[in-house]
Amino acid sequence: MKKHLITIDDLTKNEIMSIMEQGKAFKEILSRPIKKIPTLRGKTIGLLFFEPSTRTKLSFELAAKRMSADVLNFSASTSSLKKKESIKDTIMTLEAMKIDIYVVRHGFPGVPYIVANNIKGSVINAGDGAHSHPTQALLDLYTIWEKFGELKGLNVTIVGDVKYSRVVRSDINILNKMGANVTLCTPKTLLPRTIEKFNVKYTFNLKEAVKNADVIIGLRMQKERQDSGLIPDEVEFNHFFGLKPEIVANARKNVLIMHPGPINRGVEIDGEVADSENSVINEQVTNGLAVRMSIFYHFVEG
Amino acid sequence: MKQKSKIMVKEDIFRSLKRIAHEIIEFNKGIKDIAILGIRRRGVPLGDVIREEIEKTEGKKVTFGIIDITLYRDDLSTLSDKPKVNSTEIDFNVTGKNIILIDDVLYTGRTIRAALDEIMDYGRPKSIQVAVLVDRGHRELPVMANYIGKSIPTKKNEVIEVKTEETDGIWEVWIAEKIKK
Repeated sequence: MKKHLITIDDLTKNEIMSIMEQGKAFKEILSRPIKKIPTLRGKTIGLLFFEPSTRTKLSFELAAKRMSADVLNFSASTSSLKKKESIKDTIMTLEAMKIDIYVVRHGFPGVPYIVANNIKGSVINAGDGAHSHPTQALLDLYTIWEKFGELKGLNVTIVGDVKYSRVVRSDINILNKMGANVTLCTPKTLLPRTIEKFNVKYTFNLKEAVKNADVIIGLRMQKERQDSGLIPDEVEFNHFFGLKPEIVANARKNVLIMHPGPINRGVEIDGEVADSENSVINEQVTNGLAVRMSIFYHFVEG
Repeated sequence: MKQKSKIMVKEDIFRSLKRIAHEIIEFNKGIKDIAILGIRRRGVPLGDVIREEIEKTEGKKVTFGIIDITLYRDDLSTLSDKPKVNSTEIDFNVTGKNIILIDDVLYTGRTIRAALDEIMDYGRPKSIQVAVLVDRGHRELPVMANYIGKSIPTKKNEVIEVKTEETDGIWEVWIAEKIKK
């Protein structure tokens, strides 16, 4: 096991399966009357969120608390970064407080590496720019693995805003590694220039993309990053690239509908699809908690 | 690890487990509110034998569960390799139950301590009793067994190896010696 989890490349196939399998034990804990285990007693986990987040931050925080760790919350908007303190000085301050695991979210790719180079403990990347979001990929994989029992040969279609999505990069990485077949579907303007290096099939036709899909993952339209006119408007986007019941009907019957959240109903996914029986969007949240507990267990040092 | 001598074969093990089963029934005056919890891994097949014997004698089903104490260990931060975590499977309400915890060997008492803590996170049992196949002494905590298959005095550098059909393909108990490298 490497010291830090910054991209999926930090994990071997065996380590990924170890996180999956032991994730089951952590999921069981979440169904107990007392949902707390003493495993990380005396450890301190720092949540460094330089960029807003609701579910990822809450998920990490609850995972840490369920394992009896102490949690130090840091959010950029209320910190001394506003007084122009550098990231490095901020980290040095936290380091002086003896933190065991740093969970880092930042709008710029690579910041987790800066943190990793300045601390003794471990870094878990909670999303850096459009680079990587390994814990989301692990929880997505867990959700798929739990339902199908295997990963090799599954057809996974990922639809939506590929350009700005860090989730898609980590999802592709982990799914390729575990032998699934990935198909991307996105407007031409949101297709990264480096798409050939992604090692996946891609199409601009949604109906074709979901054909024979075992899993469809919708990506969030990153409205906050859409001011450069790459898509005409949300209505048109929904017309061509929204997950609608008649589109999903072309996939396999027991297709899993997934989405990392937060969802934009009527943009990348219709409410009817998000709330359908095939949707596991809320289960992903529960699984995220179990998987993050498993990740803490694997990465905490003695 | 050097195996020194075989102390029990299948027949010995089964005689002990069956006696324990009857002691459990006797002590609890029947099997009302009894639930058996096997501690992973070898407490599980041992617990299964005890359960079968109790069910045969009393003609009623006995509640059974599996407990994995890994996440409650007190030495996690001193181990270089993290032990694998398996699921605990307790699909009944422990509150009000007389829990019979089953393990293969009672040694320092730390496994039982971890199991006690874990069970308390599921509710408030009426009582918790401990049954072990082998008690080898050297307790480091005030823990005792209510039912003991065999007491075997050991040296600290010795190890008791319990083998079960399910985990090792054979029922045997060995005494072995740790070899220093």
